[in-house]
Amino acid sequence: MIRTCGLKKSFGHNEVLHGIDATINPHEVVVVVGPSGSGKSTFLRCLNLLEKPTEGEIHFNGQLITAPGVNVNEIRREMGMVFQGFNLFPHLTVLDNVTLAPKTVRHIPSCEADEIARDLLRKVGIADKERAYPQELSGGQQQRVAIARALAMKPMAMLFDEPTSALDPEMIGEVLDVMKTLAGEGMTMVVVTHEMGFAAEVADRVLFMDDGLIAEEGPPAQVLGNPQNPRTKAFLGKVL
Amino acid sequence: MVLDFSIIPGIMPALMTGAKMTIELAAIAVAIGLVIGSFAGIARVSGNRVVKIIAGTYVDFIRGTPLLVQLFLVYFGLPTLIHRPVPAFMAAIVAMGINSGAYVAEIVRAGIQSIDKGQTEAARSLGLTSAQTMRYIIFPQAFRRIIPPLGNEFIAMLKDSSLVSVIALEDLLRKGQVVITRTFRPFEVYAVVALIYLVMTLAISKLVSWSERKLRTVG
Repeated sequence: MIRTCGLKKSFGHNEVLHGIDATINPHEVVVVVGPSGSGKSTFLRCLNLLEKPTEGEIHFNGQLITAPGVNVNEIRREMGMVFQGFNLFPHLTVLDNVTLAPKTVRHIPSCEADEIARDLLRKVGIADKERAYPQELSGGQQQRVAIARALAMKPMAMLFDEPTSALDPEMIGEVLDVMKTLAGEGMTMVVVTHEMGFAAEVADRVLFMDDGLIAEEGPPAQVLGNPQNPRTKAFLGKVL
Repeated sequence: MVLDFSIIPGIMPALMTGAKMTIELAAIAVAIGLVIGSFAGIARVSGNRVVKIIAGTYVDFIRGTPLLVQLFLVYFGLPTLIHRPVPAFMAAIVAMGINSGAYVAEIVRAGIQSIDKGQTEAARSLGLTSAQTMRYIIFPQAFRRIIPPLGNEFIAMLKDSSLVSVIALEDLLRKGQVVITRTFRPFEVYAVVALIYLVMTLAISKLVSWSERKLRTVG
């Protein structure tokens, strides 16, 4: 569903991604792990073109989305994204956060969008908060709203950029549970995370990134359980 | 010389007429400034280089030159170019409006840039265009932050509008000068004029902090 070829990204003279070749198949959950500064987030942000790749290709659903003249807004509708800092819209209620994009981008009638949003809020376990404002919610609740907001566009794939890193420990579980449910339903997911337990349990494949390259990839049992690359071993030795 | 404040009741009607003119001038100038400034402020954060440079030049030129000089340019200078006189009131609101626009542009720009980048990223990741992101996400949030500095801008304009007295427009200060020629009481009259300015600016600043509180309760 998503395929990158020789994907490179530089900020100024600093090259962060040195050429990433990766494939994410439909209904696959790919977890990207690696030390800070290894380019995991940059890689993820390139996938929906929040960062413009310096070089290389990204194919999404059979389309070369790095080609000039591609309508990025159309691409992004099909790729939901969840951020580390939630990034909910503070001036809108929970319900409006979820319905804004379906209404303005997909032109879904208001009552229908509300209905979809309520279903999703129920799914992420915060149906009773639709009239609250984001700052009235806990971090875990905010992140679940953010997931519902992304799902409301009915995307073909979901990108998660360290979705639990800004959360208090007791709230991490509730967010991961929602993500597990989503994975169980066959959503195509790319997840950047430090939650090795989640990777081991949910991932179909783990990519270990180091210094702007994919150093090792494979099923979680292999990459996390029996790493071959010395960098992977060293990293896992520190985090596990 | 002894102070004589008994003249005050007699001069108040004239000063009040002047105060009305002052408020009118400031309000119209800030209204014009708000329109110009919104466009210029957005232009300052636009991706288009040419638009950005034009807006930047406008802001730099206006903020880098005295309002009095700008007023003279419009009132005394412009007629020689267009070969017809510019009425004083027209000259005043044009000069003050264009002047205010530059300051409002900076307020709008700062307001837009104060909104966390994550807001834009979240909106764009949902497929909103940059215009939709501005309209539904950035502006509503920036607006709340812009209110207090806009109030300050209105206060500044109200005070600076006293400059129009030099082109014989009958604002509060000019009315005071006229009254002095009748009463020969400059200290008393200017003191009252100053007090009226003070009352007006205090009232506006109260209004601003009230609206600020009002807007803060939600979101």
